[in-house]
Amino acid sequence: MSDLRDLYQEVILEHCKAPRNYRGSPAANLKAEGFNPLCGDRFTVYLTMDGDSIRDVSFQGTGCAISKASASMMTQSVKGKSAAEAEKLFESFHRLVTGLGHCDRDAELGKLAVFSGVSEFPARVKCATLAWHTLQAALEGKQETTTE
Amino acid sequence: MSIAAKTVSGVGLDLERVRADFPILQKTVHGKSLVYLDNAATSQKPRPVIEAISRYYEETNSNVHRGVHFLSEQATGQYEAVRKTAQEFLNAADSKEIIFVRGTTEAINLVAQSYGRAHVRAGDEILITEMEHHSNIVPWQILCDERGATLRAAPINDAGELDIDRWERLLSPKTRLVAVTHISNALGTINPIRRIVELAHRRNTPVLVDGAQAVPHLKVDVQALGCDFYAFSGHKLYGPTGIGVLYGRSALLEEMPPYQGGGDMIASVTLEKTVYNKLPYKFEAGTPDVAGVVGLGAALDYVRGLGIENVGAHESAVLDYATSAISTISDLRVIGTAKDKAGVLSFTMGNIHAHDIGTVLDQEGIAVRTGHHCSQLVMQHFGVEATTRASFGLYNTKEEVDRLVRAIEKVREVFA
Repeated sequence: MSDLRDLYQEVILEHCKAPRNYRGSPAANLKAEGFNPLCGDRFTVYLTMDGDSIRDVSFQGTGCAISKASASMMTQSVKGKSAAEAEKLFESFHRLVTGLGHCDRDAELGKLAVFSGVSEFPARVKCATLAWHTLQAALEGKQETTTE
Repeated sequence: MSIAAKTVSGVGLDLERVRADFPILQKTVHGKSLVYLDNAATSQKPRPVIEAISRYYEETNSNVHRGVHFLSEQATGQYEAVRKTAQEFLNAADSKEIIFVRGTTEAINLVAQSYGRAHVRAGDEILITEMEHHSNIVPWQILCDERGATLRAAPINDAGELDIDRWERLLSPKTRLVAVTHISNALGTINPIRRIVELAHRRNTPVLVDGAQAVPHLKVDVQALGCDFYAFSGHKLYGPTGIGVLYGRSALLEEMPPYQGGGDMIASVTLEKTVYNKLPYKFEAGTPDVAGVVGLGAALDYVRGLGIENVGAHESAVLDYATSAISTISDLRVIGTAKDKAGVLSFTMGNIHAHDIGTVLDQEGIAVRTGHHCSQLVMQHFGVEATTRASFGLYNTKEEVDRLVRAIEKVREVFA
């Protein structure tokens, strides 16, 4: 069970049960839909930009515990950041969940470090990164993205 | 390890001996002995199949239908002997009605591209069911898009059974072909193929049956079913991947144009005109997967040796046991409760996503499929994104079902 607890940390399970910023946003000026055709996970990420800065971010959709918790914690992490800072955070997060480790130029992951266990479960990397890919697509003005 | 299999012929399966035939079942996964319950995706291979392939490469390897030399004649002999075995396995009228293909998907694409392009015109319809695998949907969509025809899907009821009255109402003079699965990969539903054939043939409409999930579980007799095409894959029947069979009634195959051009499918070639080879070679362009065919032959012999009736009876005993065992778990919803059902137990569990269930089961050494099972129409019908599917093969035991049940209880602990 220890391996499973590395993946399903309490914080992750808690975010899955009560996801933060889980709502649509009529005021959003950017949004994108992310889809993982392998498992049917589907999220929409809404962004309200203030110039280059993410003033508000929210999401809606369905997915597994990992993908939902990741989306929830992502919204908390990128709110108030610039688009470039959010992209940089995604890079660091991607290195974390694919087991590439931390490098000096990595952004500070903070609470997102609870996803380190994902690297031991390669089949679940796409779950952890779906919302992030969707965020990236929204920032780049794409309407849709997939992690397949 | 022992299990009392229901017996039909009075012989039954010697589970201990059967399991010893499958080397991979000795494997441990995450420190636990493997429980392989993903047989509807692909089955494991018994030693006679693995050895037949090795032996072919060690002793016989050569191209078929080409050489006058010793090895080529031996390889051709083995290849054609399997065609005969497959003919007997399906009870086809003639071995030339057996076409070797890569698998069920290629078989269906062959019919769509060859029969379909020759017969389907603008305004025509092709009728399928809502429970089809994507491989029995997309080839028809491609054809319909190209031809300006319409693809119709007959609905299923909440047990996952075909609504035969609505099916019949969807048959029309415009229906050029019906394509239906024998057993649903996502639900386990067994379709009433004879009735479906009878209704279609009354309107002179040919019937293709996707038999990928059926051949491992029940005796298939294409003449008794009366179908025009029947497709299956070797790898779901304890044979190798990359090889399968399309059965087609010779009257239809004779008049169909080739699917692919190349070597072996021709009688003579000039720049102006090519005369195609006779059946079945017209549909087997290029060097075939000879080793795959040899492996398929070993798999067919293996299953025939056990007796497909014994295999089916054993699996339905395990399925019944599993269905009743998991019915005690609260919040668990079985997707697919057809009266006539085989091989598959698909379920959802409260709000817990199938992927999370699959990960926990995997840590317990249990392999199941999670997701939409390439059957998104089915998922849409039941209003779910994904299910967890345990699917049973001839080597599965009730003890393995008990481990599945205990692992599902662990899922609840993790996500409590």
